[in-house]
Amino acid sequence: MVKTLSRSQNPREWLAFVLVWGAAAVVTATFCWLLGDILWHGLSRLSWTFLTAPPESAGRRGGIGPILVSTFLILGVCLAVSLPIGVGTAVLLAEFTLDQGLFGRMTRRSLDVLAGVPSIVFGLFGNAFFCKTLGLGFSILSGGLTLACMVLPILIRSTEEGFRAVPASYRLSAAALGLSRTTTLLHLLLPAAVPGLIVGLVLGVGRAIAETAALIFTSGYVDRMPESLLDSGRALSIHIFDLSMNVSGGDANAYGSALVLVVLLLLINGTASWLATVGLHRKIVTV
Amino acid sequence: MTPIEPIAERRPQHLPNDEPACCKPHPFVDVDRLSLHYGEKSAFQDVTLSISKGRITALVGPSGCGKTSFLTCLNRLTDLIPACLVSGRITIDTLDVLAPQTDVIRLRRRIGMIFQKPNPFPLSIRRNLEFPLREHGLRDRTQLSTAIETALRDVGLWDEVKDRLDSPALALSGGQQQRLCIARALALSPEMLLMDEPCSALDPISSGIVEDLIVRLRGRYTILIVTHNLAQARRIANDAALFWVHNGAGRLIEAGPAKQIFEDPRDPLTAAYVSGMRG
Repeated sequence: MVKTLSRSQNPREWLAFVLVWGAAAVVTATFCWLLGDILWHGLSRLSWTFLTAPPESAGRRGGIGPILVSTFLILGVCLAVSLPIGVGTAVLLAEFTLDQGLFGRMTRRSLDVLAGVPSIVFGLFGNAFFCKTLGLGFSILSGGLTLACMVLPILIRSTEEGFRAVPASYRLSAAALGLSRTTTLLHLLLPAAVPGLIVGLVLGVGRAIAETAALIFTSGYVDRMPESLLDSGRALSIHIFDLSMNVSGGDANAYGSALVLVVLLLLINGTASWLATVGLHRKIVTV
Repeated sequence: MTPIEPIAERRPQHLPNDEPACCKPHPFVDVDRLSLHYGEKSAFQDVTLSISKGRITALVGPSGCGKTSFLTCLNRLTDLIPACLVSGRITIDTLDVLAPQTDVIRLRRRIGMIFQKPNPFPLSIRRNLEFPLREHGLRDRTQLSTAIETALRDVGLWDEVKDRLDSPALALSGGQQQRLCIARALALSPEMLLMDEPCSALDPISSGIVEDLIVRLRGRYTILIVTHNLAQARRIANDAALFWVHNGAGRLIEAGPAKQIFEDPRDPLTAAYVSGMRG
């Protein structure tokens, strides 16, 4: 119906039509251009050796093996810390505090402010607190913990929304059947809130894995294979930054690394939504 | 927790629908000057009512007069609502319902509740019944399937679903979902059922089936049913109580045997309501 509109019929509607479709086209085109550029320059670099070999000559040659390992370790630390705290806080906010109560309001407000804080500020905080005060130094642990602080607000708020989206009738009918709050939470509310959790996780992990500023000050620059969580390790995004800004002749490998990062992000998103569907299905049939 | 006794031995006694045929009135629930406030707002005030064992008591009255709120006091579902204040006294058998030390989990197991909108969990049909039973301590597989079959037979759903117990409960029709919810409540062998307009969200045929089911449960369970459907109340109730909004809060206007309420009401308001002139 929209497509049959012509300028003569209704100029205002026609203008709105052009603006709306134009905006969508610009967004899509930008993404396609970006992705195409990375694919065009990066695809030729991609190989098994590139993924496993250590970088040589400051990254101009060689691969990104140790950098991938560091990235996964940082992400692992981040998730191991933020998931339990995040789900716990979301449950507290959604199920055990009053909507309009002072505690709930203050916590929510703080989280919303934290979610908007620039990552460089988290980086400085992480450097001051984890690296210096706690004496963890430039390490994967410091980096992961800093990222956890950064990811938590998003994770908590969207998981909380997930819990709030569960119909109140579940809680009432469960209570009327004499089910305890813990059982209701574990077997009914949590599975129903999983979609919200997954959204938070995807947004959070997306932010974490692509983070550069917060990691420069915390997990450091070292591109060797890390031997423990207390070793410094270079994340993929920092590697890209370094190759394209500081290393002349590093562009080809920067493109290769960027392609790996984009593919990783897509993989994580895909796995998360697959897990959500499978997890929910399993709950419904057997538990 | 004690295992749940199977309810198979307690077959329904086939009672005629006639009012006097049921057991003699024997008080089971005693409500004494019960009031409920949501914050500043009063839902109902000063309700004193006695509910007889094994009979169907209908709560009638216009919307917003506190009938549903009254139901939720009896199984302490009011605990879930913030800023909700209940005062007065409710005694079920010998149990002081509102006492702080009362075990609400046990209380709610003794008193089943059916909501207006069928609300099965998003689980399979079997799991809907099994989950609360397991939670109350029944683990044995054979006993579980016996209890599930008995409950489904009691609500006349067994033949309709026995071949697809593992399919999602939400795929059932509205009427079947409501009967599943009744079965889920019955599986816990309650003594009393609270029903909040159980037929009003259903189509006429399903509504009729659920109504027949409620009548068949008479005698085995003490049933307290909220209904807006006066004809239904007339058909099924042994006793009736009329609620009305008075000065912004619900009040109990008149209570007594259904026959008397519908045919010989004492209060002019009741007379106007049951004759369809008000409400």
